[in-house]
Parts: sequence; C-alpha cells; structure tokens
Amino acid sequence: MTINQKNQQFCLGIESTADDFSVGIADFNGEILANTSSAYIPETGGIHPREAARHHAQAAPAVLQEALTQAKIKPADLTAIAFAQGPGLGPCLRTGATVARALASYIDKPLVGVNHSVAHIEIGKLQTHAKDPLTLYASGGNTMVTAYASGRYRVFGETLDIALGNCLDVFAREAGLKHKKGLPLGAAVEQLAAKGKQLVPLPYVVKGMDLSLSGLLTAASTALQKGAFSLEDVCFSLQENAFSMVTEVTERALAHTEKREVLLTGGVAANKRLQAMLASIAAEHDANFTVVPQQYATDNGAMIAWTGVLAYTYGLTVPVAESFVKLRWRVDKVDVPWVKQP
Amino acid sequence: MGEAAMKTLIKKGAEASLYLADWHGKRVVIKARLPKSYRPKQLDQTIRRYRTVHEPQLMHEAKRAGVATPTVFLVDVENGEITMEYIQGKQIKQLLDAASPTERCRLCVEVGGLIGALHSHGLVHGDLTTSNMILTDEGRIFFVDFGLGDRSGELEAQGVDLHLFRRALQSTHFQVADECFHAVLKGYGAARGADAAAAVLEKIREIEKRGRYVAERQQEA
Repeated sequence: MTINQKNQQFCLGIESTADDFSVGIADFNGEILANTSSAYIPETGGIHPREAARHHAQAAPAVLQEALTQAKIKPADLTAIAFAQGPGLGPCLRTGATVARALASYIDKPLVGVNHSVAHIEIGKLQTHAKDPLTLYASGGNTMVTAYASGRYRVFGETLDIALGNCLDVFAREAGLKHKKGLPLGAAVEQLAAKGKQLVPLPYVVKGMDLSLSGLLTAASTALQKGAFSLEDVCFSLQENAFSMVTEVTERALAHTEKREVLLTGGVAANKRLQAMLASIAAEHDANFTVVPQQYATDNGAMIAWTGVLAYTYGLTVPVAESFVKLRWRVDKVDVPWVKQP
Repeated sequence: MGEAAMKTLIKKGAEASLYLADWHGKRVVIKARLPKSYRPKQLDQTIRRYRTVHEPQLMHEAKRAGVATPTVFLVDVENGEITMEYIQGKQIKQLLDAASPTERCRLCVEVGGLIGALHSHGLVHGDLTTSNMILTDEGRIFFVDFGLGDRSGELEAQGVDLHLFRRALQSTHFQVADECFHAVLKGYGAARGADAAAAVLEKIREIEKRGRYVAERQQEA
C-alpha cells in the first residue's frame, strides 16, 4: 500500500524506564524513521535512579531534536506522542513522562501510554516478521517467557528473583569489570566466557517454567573470590548455567504452547551463546527462531513509537491528567487488541 | 521385533519424550530424557542423571502420601529412561475450562487436597500444572512428571510449589484462574489443617512480592 505523503502519519515514542533516554519515530506503516538515545553510565555500581533521571532530563532536548532531524519532520507533523508508562524506575519513568506530556500539550496531540515489555515484543515482531511467537524477553530488568492468548501476552515463565541481565551485570561488577561506552558489562562477560574452558559446579535452579538466578549469582561470585578458578572459567560457567536454565524454561513453554516461532528480544538478546542455545531448541521443535536486531534489542524509543502506533490505532490514548507512571505494570495486565488470534 | 520398534511417540516434551510401548504384554509409557545439545555435556549428564534417579523415588513416595502416580517398572539411568504404567484418562488441562462451575470447583478442591497430602509428607512436586494431572475414567486423579520434584518440608519449597501452580492456572486457564486457585486452597487447607495452610498462604504472598513487577507491592509503596 502506498501512502500519499500528505496522509502519512507519525508517532514519536519516548523510552526512559531505566538507564537509557531514547526517542524514536515510527510511521503508521511500521517504518522506523528515527531511533536515537543517550545512555547514563554510572561511575561506579549500578543504576542510581535519581542520577539516571537527572541524566535523562539533561539529555532530553538534544535527543528529541536529533530524532526529529533524523526523521526529517517537524513536531506539528506528529499524530501522537507515546511514552513508556511502565514498568521501570520511578524517577526515570517520571522524567520521560514529563517530556511526553509537555510535548503532547504543546502541539496538542494525543498521548499514548505504552507498556515497556509489550513494546519489546512488538518491535521484535515488526523487525523479524514473526507473527505469533513465543517470546523470551531478557534484559537487565526483565526475564520472561510470554506468548499471546485471548487478548493479552501471557507470562508462561519468569524469574522468581533477579533478571538475567542483572545477574550478569552484578557479577561483572563484583569481578571488577567496568562499563565502557560501546561495551556493556554483559558483552564483557560474554567475551571472557568465550575463553573459558572448565565448567565450575554452580547451582541450576529451574522451578516449573520459572527460574531463580540469585543463588547462581552468589555462588559464581563466591567461586571467583575463592580464587580456585580463573575469571574466564567462572564467566563461562555462569553463562552456561544461566542460559541453560533460561533455555530449558523456554523449551518447556514452547512444548506447552506449541507455538511455531521463537523470538528473542531485550538487551541480553545480543549474546551469541544465548542465541545459539535458543536456536537449538527451536529447531528441535520445528519452530522458526528469530532475534531482534541489535539496535532494537536494548531499550529504545522506536519500540515505544511503534507500539504507540498500534495502541493509537485502537483508540488507546490517555488524558494527560491520568497519565501516571506505573512502576510495576506487568505485561499480562495489558490488553493488546491489535494482536489477532492466529 | 525389538521393543524399540514398537515405540510410538506420544508427546515430545521439553526435557523428555514420552513413548507408548508394549512391555511384556503391558501398555507402558517410556519417558526418555534425551541429551540436550545446547548445554555442556557435563552439565547435561548431571541434570539428566539426577532427574532420572529422583523422579521414580518421588513417584513412589507420593503413593505413600496417598497421591496416585504411575507405577514404575524399570529405570535405566545410563540412558535416562523410565518405564512406567500407562494411565488412561484425560489431562485436567483439557477438562478445566469446559467443566461446569461445580465440577471445576470439585476437581480443584481435590487437586488442592492431593497437593496438601504431598506437602504433609515432605514432598514438593516442582512442576504443578494442569497438564501434569490426569483424571482417569474411574474418577481418580493421578499426578505425573515429578522430574523437578524434591524431598523438602520447608515452607519456602511448599510456597513456591503452590505459587507455580497459581501461575500455571493464570497463564493457561486465565478466565477461571482465580476461582480455581481459591478452590485449590480450600482443598489444601482441608488436607493440611488451618494453621499449616495459613502459614503456606502467608509464604506465597511473600514469594509473590519478590517477583519483579507485582501489583501487591505497589499498594504498599
């Protein structure tokens, strides 16, 4: 379908649930016209919510401008403004929401509140052309296995405690690794793990379709401190155990739901070892395996913009006065009327 | 003709394949834990071996607790195979949504009672889903798939066991999940006594608050 230039509609999306402030612009046909972001990198330790929010507030004008420049449009050309309404860190969410409300009020366009987890699934589907996938969404804040059924994405498996990305990041910091621009901690662990050979005995905790990673993190850190194993071997063993657990629960959910596609999305999707493991189980169940492209794997504004398009099309806008952020907004509490039951 | 030739695959699960076979004139299920190429060999062998050894033990102990499980005929640890009785019936998963509210409640109360019986005997199932419960034509409920089970009398393990069952109900039987779980707790309470049941329920609340994004915690904040 070709769209007359005059009739082309755009949605701008703002993502600010954690350490990234990102703005994306999508047209209503699923073309991503802009996707740009600024990352908060802590000097030491993990994300400090207030410091991250301060970074977002400072970065917002430049990132917004950059997105509009990339898309070659003016604010007045926008049809709707979408923002990540949750789940995430309170101060960070509120900063993004404030920017979104201000912009929507200024240009007098509707506001769309988007669930961050739904957005990760939708951008994955858009980019990989998966129709009805079983999705493993693994990032610093989330680890869940979801699939669509009757109007919502249902959670089949999830972590009982910490997220997969968080497990790798915290271990990396305990091991003294530093977060560098262009090399996230998870990628540093992946590089070291590739040189590991010896499998250190570590806990393997799968409970039904759920898993627990906190004990594994503690055991890996302890193994390293004791000094009996090299950093490479512990990284290798940590990855092998954690990814095997995640792969096992994904395979369980795949056997249970009998979906024909497996989609890997979220920040940890970039990990080649995890990709290989999931590809293996997908092949075993005759399912097609796809991975979201790198630029849409980590938190990004484009996924919010695209999900904003989907929601807007179904009239799901939110008045500014009611656009409160939802810190613990579970994916299975969100109606997704645009998804059609295959 | 060898036994292998008689095997027909009935279910390709996540960690094991189930085959229907004839074993000395008996209709049996062979549960084969096949090697998983995605994980390191050493880890794979440890996991498969552990589960193949433990599952039959737990199935046997469940019987002592009054919970019906298939009788185990043969355990082949090296090949990760368990040969067991074939149970004719329907999975609770297939029955629950279509059942009348009264029947659904009755089934869930009974399931809750069986979970309670396991817990009272220091056992946790580890993978309570409605696919792992079979209602026979005679009206008996069998529990299967103890591969992730454990011997534990700890409140934590019991709480996780029930929490997982609630989550399984929510993802698979979302229209009736709440009424079902309510009935499960009723049966559980009847089997374990009010005090023990209340303690587990309190534990479930605590476990659910540990999760990443939980509305209950939002109310406190």
